[in-house]
Amino acid sequence: MIVAERKPLEDIKEMIAGYKKILILGCGTCVTICWAGGEKEVAVLSSQLRLASKKNGNELEILEDTIERQCEKELVEALKDKVQQVEVVLSMGCGAGVQTIAEIFPDTPVYPALNTKFVGMPEGEGIWVETCRTCGDCFLDKTGGICPIVRCAKGLLNGPCGGTNSGKCEVDPEKDCAWTLIYRRLEQQGRLDTMRKYYPPRNFQAVIRPGKVETLQA
Amino acid sequence: MKAKGAFSPDIIAFCCAQSAYQAADTAGSMRIPYPENIRVIRVPCAGRVDVLHILRAFEKGADGVLVLGCHEEACRHLSGNVRAKNRVQKLNTLLQEVGIDGERVEMFTLAPNQGFRFARIANEINERIKELGPSPVK
Repeated sequence: MIVAERKPLEDIKEMIAGYKKILILGCGTCVTICWAGGEKEVAVLSSQLRLASKKNGNELEILEDTIERQCEKELVEALKDKVQQVEVVLSMGCGAGVQTIAEIFPDTPVYPALNTKFVGMPEGEGIWVETCRTCGDCFLDKTGGICPIVRCAKGLLNGPCGGTNSGKCEVDPEKDCAWTLIYRRLEQQGRLDTMRKYYPPRNFQAVIRPGKVETLQA
Repeated sequence: MKAKGAFSPDIIAFCCAQSAYQAADTAGSMRIPYPENIRVIRVPCAGRVDVLHILRAFEKGADGVLVLGCHEEACRHLSGNVRAKNRVQKLNTLLQEVGIDGERVEMFTLAPNQGFRFARIANEINERIKELGPSPVK
């Protein structure tokens, strides 16, 4: 899932300064899960902005809504009536969501309330970690399901560097050495011979930015 | 008797039905004085109180908010009091962002028979909010 984090309130206040009627739009998918931009977070941000406006003696009317996914044109198009009532849309979706709304409603400024961070997963309650770099050339079959692009500080593809130290990384001693983890996982699966093969340098053009995938549903 | 023009804070007290609400009742039955401007709202558990309830209390003009629940490990719903404590901590950050002093909100724990403690907490928070003055967003 995409993991994002809300911008500091000061940054958001600066973005919407001078506007009197805004729509804060949440997204019901990734950012709901990582507690950044779901219905609850929309309500909390609205409340904070109303309090801040009252404190500064400014007038601010806030409409709130949350749709299932901001990155789908049909779902965003359904917001036409609400968007027409406001001066600006403050999106609590990821970057993809912000841009979809901006494309559907080009006459209305659309501002991001979140910083989109990475593709990742929950490690514990309230903790999300990056696990995928979306490199476009997935290597995980060869590394026991552990990604060295993300988890190895040097992004190595052919085993640990000389600095691996009791399972820890020499670049960041707090981090586990990814290749130690990979070795242990492959050992557990009886697949250590995978590590004996040499893998040539990656094709970093596997995904030309902006990426595009065209497919037919089966 | 209130002096003319004296600030009487609007304080909302979310009281857990299993502990604080009963303690407030005990205080009442025993005629233990506590400020009349504390408005008690009964909730089934302190864990029912959401950050939104507290934020909206400030939007509607509250000067301070109390969240009162059961003592550690005494929560009938197991961890409602712990959740409430974490939420009040999180709320501190949200309030600071808006320029509202975090001292205006606090969580306390107590037992149902602690009428005196309820009154003491109510008096303490009342004095504290009087010192702080009316909410800056009133």
